[in-house]
Amino acid sequence: MSNFNIGNKSYLPALKPLAMNLLRSRLTFSLVILLIVVVQNIITTPTFFNISITNGFISGYIPNILDEASELVIVTLGMTLVIAVSGGVDISVGAIMAISAAFCGMLLNGAEYRTDVFHSPYILALFFGLLGGALCGAFNGFLVSVLKIQPMIATLILFTAGRSIAKQITFGQTIYIMNPQYKWLGVQIPGVPVRTTIIVAIVIIALVVLFTKLTSFGLYVQSVGINGSASRLVGLNSRVITFMAFVICGILAGVAGLVGSSGVGSVNSGELGLAIEMDAILAVALGGNLLSGGKFSIAGSVIGAYTIQAITTTLYAMSVRADQLNVFKAVIIIMIIVASSDVFKERIKKLSRKKSSKSMPVGGQINEGQ
Amino acid sequence: METTKQEQNSPFLTMKGIGKSFPGVRALRNVDFTLRHGEIHALMGENGAGKSTLVKVLTGVYLMDEGSVRLDGVLVVIRSPQEAQKHGISTVYQEVNLCPNLTVAENLFLGREPRTMGLINWRQMNRKAAELLKKLNISADPTAELNSYSIAIQQMIAIARAVNTECKLLILDEPTSSLDADEVKKIFTLMRQLKNSGVGIIFITHFLEQTYEICDRITVLRNGELVGEYEVEKLPRLELVTKMMGKELENLSELTVDKDESRFEGEVPIMEACNLSSGTSRVAPFDLKMYKGEVVGFGGLLGSGRSELVRAIYGADKAVQGQLFIKGKSTRIKNPLEAMKQGMAYLPEDRKGDGIFADLSVRENIIIALQAKHGMFKRLTRKEMGKFADEYIQLLKIKTAGSETPVKSLSGGNQQKVILARWLLTNPEFIILDEPTRGIDIGTKTEIQKLILKLSDEGKCVAFISSEMDEMLRTCSRMVVMRDRQKVGELIQTELCQDTIMRTIAGGEEGNE
Repeated sequence: MSNFNIGNKSYLPALKPLAMNLLRSRLTFSLVILLIVVVQNIITTPTFFNISITNGFISGYIPNILDEASELVIVTLGMTLVIAVSGGVDISVGAIMAISAAFCGMLLNGAEYRTDVFHSPYILALFFGLLGGALCGAFNGFLVSVLKIQPMIATLILFTAGRSIAKQITFGQTIYIMNPQYKWLGVQIPGVPVRTTIIVAIVIIALVVLFTKLTSFGLYVQSVGINGSASRLVGLNSRVITFMAFVICGILAGVAGLVGSSGVGSVNSGELGLAIEMDAILAVALGGNLLSGGKFSIAGSVIGAYTIQAITTTLYAMSVRADQLNVFKAVIIIMIIVASSDVFKERIKKLSRKKSSKSMPVGGQINEGQ
Repeated sequence: METTKQEQNSPFLTMKGIGKSFPGVRALRNVDFTLRHGEIHALMGENGAGKSTLVKVLTGVYLMDEGSVRLDGVLVVIRSPQEAQKHGISTVYQEVNLCPNLTVAENLFLGREPRTMGLINWRQMNRKAAELLKKLNISADPTAELNSYSIAIQQMIAIARAVNTECKLLILDEPTSSLDADEVKKIFTLMRQLKNSGVGIIFITHFLEQTYEICDRITVLRNGELVGEYEVEKLPRLELVTKMMGKELENLSELTVDKDESRFEGEVPIMEACNLSSGTSRVAPFDLKMYKGEVVGFGGLLGSGRSELVRAIYGADKAVQGQLFIKGKSTRIKNPLEAMKQGMAYLPEDRKGDGIFADLSVRENIIIALQAKHGMFKRLTRKEMGKFADEYIQLLKIKTAGSETPVKSLSGGNQQKVILARWLLTNPEFIILDEPTRGIDIGTKTEIQKLILKLSDEGKCVAFISSEMDEMLRTCSRMVVMRDRQKVGELIQTELCQDTIMRTIAGGEEGNE
């Protein structure tokens, strides 16, 4: 396999760069993991690829994975930007989800514990929900970009206080929104056979990709993340760019919060998006993005997020009990992270080099001097 | 250990034939160095001279490849900073390496606190600290937090900590570079006191004045080799400068400059600085005019304030006083973006730290400044970017596999060309080049020099900083000379020769008898 440079010379120029690029690309790594999960499923769960229509839904393992991963995918997109620009993480995204859902839910319920009618227009409530997310993001962004507080510490504030704030908004209780329209966002719009969550996730991915590619935001984020002092000298305002990344992360967490609470038809600040920040960070890492910031790949993060959900669903499909799930997940994650670590890669490289050098004559070293 | 009475003049430290190589570089080659008891010895040299390598060999950070180190005539091998400490060698660096939120006493005794039955004896520690501070005439309260004192006092406390441990040899690595004149005086008093108590001090500095004020002898290094060891009184400043800079003339293609100065009469300068300064410790207030189509060189030793001066103009360091006129109009430049919008460009000295975006592609590295100037929402199209990148790759002959190659995989010279391309693309009228040719191959150097002349022919104004005087002489029509963070002169026409420049850099007493 590794004999590229000994093979037919005429293929070399075309094949070598392609192979090298594939090997080097961090995206390849996450794709391979996803592939392994899929292959594993084909072997253990023959019904994995079955898709059927039940109750007007397209259902099956794959649509199920796409559905369940939606919140994580949306949160991961924001996390990707935050990590890229600051080399730190936003651990408050789960709490922001709760705050945003609480804003929206309270407006719809009109301060009632349970109601069948909307007390304010649905669109307006969604808007204020997102605004809540944006405000939280702005708060984090201010702490990080202006006060230069480490992202993890800065977001620790909302991580700790966020769910409590959400609880205050809902007067300390879980509120239920009984109007069926509320479930449009998180379950299904009548007549559409696909879960809305899947559509929302795809739309949000598209929006983020368009925003980072059509404006220079993506380039700016990478520049600031790679070299802050050089960014300043070429005229970039790293403060504004960092702030924006946190606001976007907050808004996206808000979207995820609205989707999540709509899916269950209630706002439970203690449960919504619990521990999602850790999965999101993991997804970014799985996507081959450096947690130290700099270059990022939206595609990688998205694949990473879906992979995490795929692993969870696969384990369920293999009838792993819910209480065992996290142990299995942890084992898989350890393997993935070790395999992607630089030290491990270096070892593998050295091993393969040793093997290939055995076939070559060992060059005698010339000792200079003496 | 028995202490033998040493004569004040006998060498305490003798380093002989020191050699040290790193992959691809010989950092030190056959360097000798001696230090006497109670002597302050300046170690001087320009960038890459090997000062810090020599110090690191002495303190056990690096292991030397060849040579010997003797302390009081006894051959020693120093394998780690801990071992150096045991031999009585302490180092104080430019940045204070202490804990700002601990007390002065804690900092002085960190890691070797006086203990009774395993517990720290605070009273004894504070008393000992007070004694030490009193002995060294440092006015600081042992129980106050370190960061309640100025950098100078902190620096002195760092020195006190260093000499507290049976110190016989103290290395001071640019301790004065961020201090003002009064603070420097305080440090010097402390140094003299240590000297009188028999401590040998190696003093690394870029400031000529300070060297002549306090040192007994000077060792000059250049390009990893020993130039010589001199008594301070017997080495005129001019000679010191010549020795530090060397005079090798590289065989580059001949370039001629129109050094006629009168052509600027009556013209409005592109840039005029009046009493501009970025704070006393960065650069002293200066006046400067620069005109269309001229190349102005900035001469001076390393650390003389050349970079600080241009950074103040560009807004990279905020100007704290003075005025800046761009094409005759008074302008306040708060940040680099505003400078760029006024038609400035700045190629920074530290290519890796301030210049390139290592992981980004050549294309992205080239268009980033133009894109920043346009703003986030006016994104250049992919096609435009590709066109610009390819154009400049060709124009500057950048050796890269393609415009999508990560810039970090290019050689230093080509990375520098990428940054040049970045700035040329913004079509500036006033270009600041800070050491554009450092660490790059001769061929590229010549290309960059030619480019500078071409730019001035096109009517652009170029500020050119280089440590190589020859290349500045070849390209500049005027030279600003800096010494000890001050602008000390401007040379034109006939004055633009090696001799005059050296003399201006050296300043003070004249070198020719």
